Amino acid sequence: MDLSSINWLLLLASLMVAATPILLAGIGELVVEKAGVLNLGVEGMMITGAIAGFAAAVESGSPALGFLGAAVAGALLSMLFAVLTQFALANQVASGLALTLFGLGLSSLMGQSYVGLKPPSTPKLDLPLLSDIPVLGPVLFSHDLMVYFSIALVAATWAFLKYTRAGLTLRAVGENHEAAHALGYKVVAIRCAAIAFGGACAGLGGAYLSLVRVPQWTEGMTSGAGWIALALVVFASWKPWRVLIGAYLFGGITVLQLNLQAAGLKVPVEYLSMSPYIITIIVLVIMSSGRSRGALGAPASLGRTFHATG
Amino acid sequence: MKKRTLLKGAVAALALAATPALAQDKTKVGFVYVGPVGDGGWTYEHDQGRKAVEAEFGDAVETVYVENVPEGPDAERVITQMALDGADLIFTTSFGYMDPTINVAAKFPDVKFEHATGYKTAPNVSVYSARFYEGRAVQGTIAGHMTESNVIGYIGSVPIPEVVRGINSAYIHAKKVNPDVQFKIVWVYEWFNPAKEADAAKVLIEQGADVILQHTDSTAPLAAAAEAGNVIGFGQASDMAEYKDGPRVSSIIDNWAPYYIARTKAVMDGTWESTNTWDGIGPGMVGIGEITDKVPAEVKAEAEALQASIASGEYHPFTGPIKKQDGSDWLAEGETADDGTLAGMNFYVEGLEGEIPQ
Repeated sequence: MDLSSINWLLLLASLMVAATPILLAGIGELVVEKAGVLNLGVEGMMITGAIAGFAAAVESGSPALGFLGAAVAGALLSMLFAVLTQFALANQVASGLALTLFGLGLSSLMGQSYVGLKPPSTPKLDLPLLSDIPVLGPVLFSHDLMVYFSIALVAATWAFLKYTRAGLTLRAVGENHEAAHALGYKVVAIRCAAIAFGGACAGLGGAYLSLVRVPQWTEGMTSGAGWIALALVVFASWKPWRVLIGAYLFGGITVLQLNLQAAGLKVPVEYLSMSPYIITIIVLVIMSSGRSRGALGAPASLGRTFHATG
Repeated sequence: MKKRTLLKGAVAALALAATPALAQDKTKVGFVYVGPVGDGGWTYEHDQGRKAVEAEFGDAVETVYVENVPEGPDAERVITQMALDGADLIFTTSFGYMDPTINVAAKFPDVKFEHATGYKTAPNVSVYSARFYEGRAVQGTIAGHMTESNVIGYIGSVPIPEVVRGINSAYIHAKKVNPDVQFKIVWVYEWFNPAKEADAAKVLIEQGADVILQHTDSTAPLAAAAEAGNVIGFGQASDMAEYKDGPRVSSIIDNWAPYYIARTKAVMDGTWESTNTWDGIGPGMVGIGEITDKVPAEVKAEAEALQASIASGEYHPFTGPIKKQDGSDWLAEGETADDGTLAGMNFYVEGLEGEIPQ
């Protein structure tokens, strides 16, 4: 094995890129679940965002409009879920799964004429002085804007949930919708807003795949990223900064195992391929055992249907 | 009243009985695909073959296809459904469909099956594949000349003989023109996963590779090479010509159309028999995409000469002396590999680093 052939700085830089789609989708889903709604349709919203963003970017020639279109498309699709679960009172698990299947079908229909095209490239944010700093420069300051946006979004979500009145209300709705309703909060409206936010984030995550990470459109290109984002929220025990750590851990191991293979590590690569999942399980076991058990607090009303009576 | 109902029923039954008779005039050809038809690679080319069958026979045939069929039990369900729906001939186009195809074929003795890249046959099951390793020899030659870092990255899909054969063939020919060349191999364990393929390509480039060879189906590695700048790559399974002005310098193209047309015709004529087809550059099942100007003229000429000598049968890509990775002898001077060994190839040749995942 020749570990010296691995450029650890580049690895750090590329893990940030590999983690960004699941980070975006994960932070969106965290807000949705904090509001007490379990939306399993992340994969469907992501892939819809991937094609919508791709189409918008190709047609307009602007990556920024592409990301905007992806966010709008993800939010629109999530509204379907909102109507089903918040107004028609359909089962959230079933509706979410249906949303995933619908999104996969819809995206391949929308994508028929975009196969084989190249999107306009998303510019890298080359900060003149900062990116020249040795070591830190290439790792931290040579990415495209979306990488920083995703980190900023985590910070904003954390601050919103922790320090603002609106964030407190959202959490109250997620913990006990009956009580929140009795206090006069508009449970359904708040949940719809959260679902739309989650959809927009998932759409952005999908567009990051089709516009930056791959970058091209192919059917089924999210290949399970949405499900990883869902697992990430549980992994993070509904805490924003842990979503960031989890996403980077997951993205990091994915990239690392490819690096180790290329460096000729004499370990069967199957073990490396499954390592992200094993580490996720180990962390989950550690976190949900012993003293920190209380920290694994899912919102109390998560997944429960709310209907205002009286 | 009752009589009328009966009569109606009889008419309906007659109509029903008549429909299959009518349908039998058309030969129904089914295709089972492992990826989406828009993958731009493997499945795309099979679908081009399907379209060629339609264009050739017009109204005399009806083709159906199912895409994104996972290898394994799901495939068996899809193939069974196709046979139940009246398909006369079914092409199953991925290695992992081998056992499902054999299982379903046993239940439908009147339906003809054709399995791509497998080795199990039955009276109503043919196998067919292309000698991609012939194309890999041409790619290896270009890659060996073109690399400046002497590191060539190879994205492996699933560790089966076909992929191992490709790695060996590319390595032997790269080494021949550039003794310093080194291969770095990364397995992604999937035929089609653009995000993972892109990551694999980026990793290889980060570790010094300036030529990327891929045995996966999407164009994502080429996109990654384009982004990196001074890296070249090749089209896999399809020409991937949209990257011609970028990193793509040549390609291996699967041309299934003539085979699909011939086999469909055999079913129509009633001359279909179980066969084992393994064709290469010579008969045109493997095509070499245009070598672009990025490749120096003398290298291009050398690659084309190799292509021509393989096509004429004058040269075999696996010609001795070749040793296995562990140093044991495989082929003596001037000896060529037999098809049986090639079909089950599960070892690296001498000089390749790493182990084949088992």
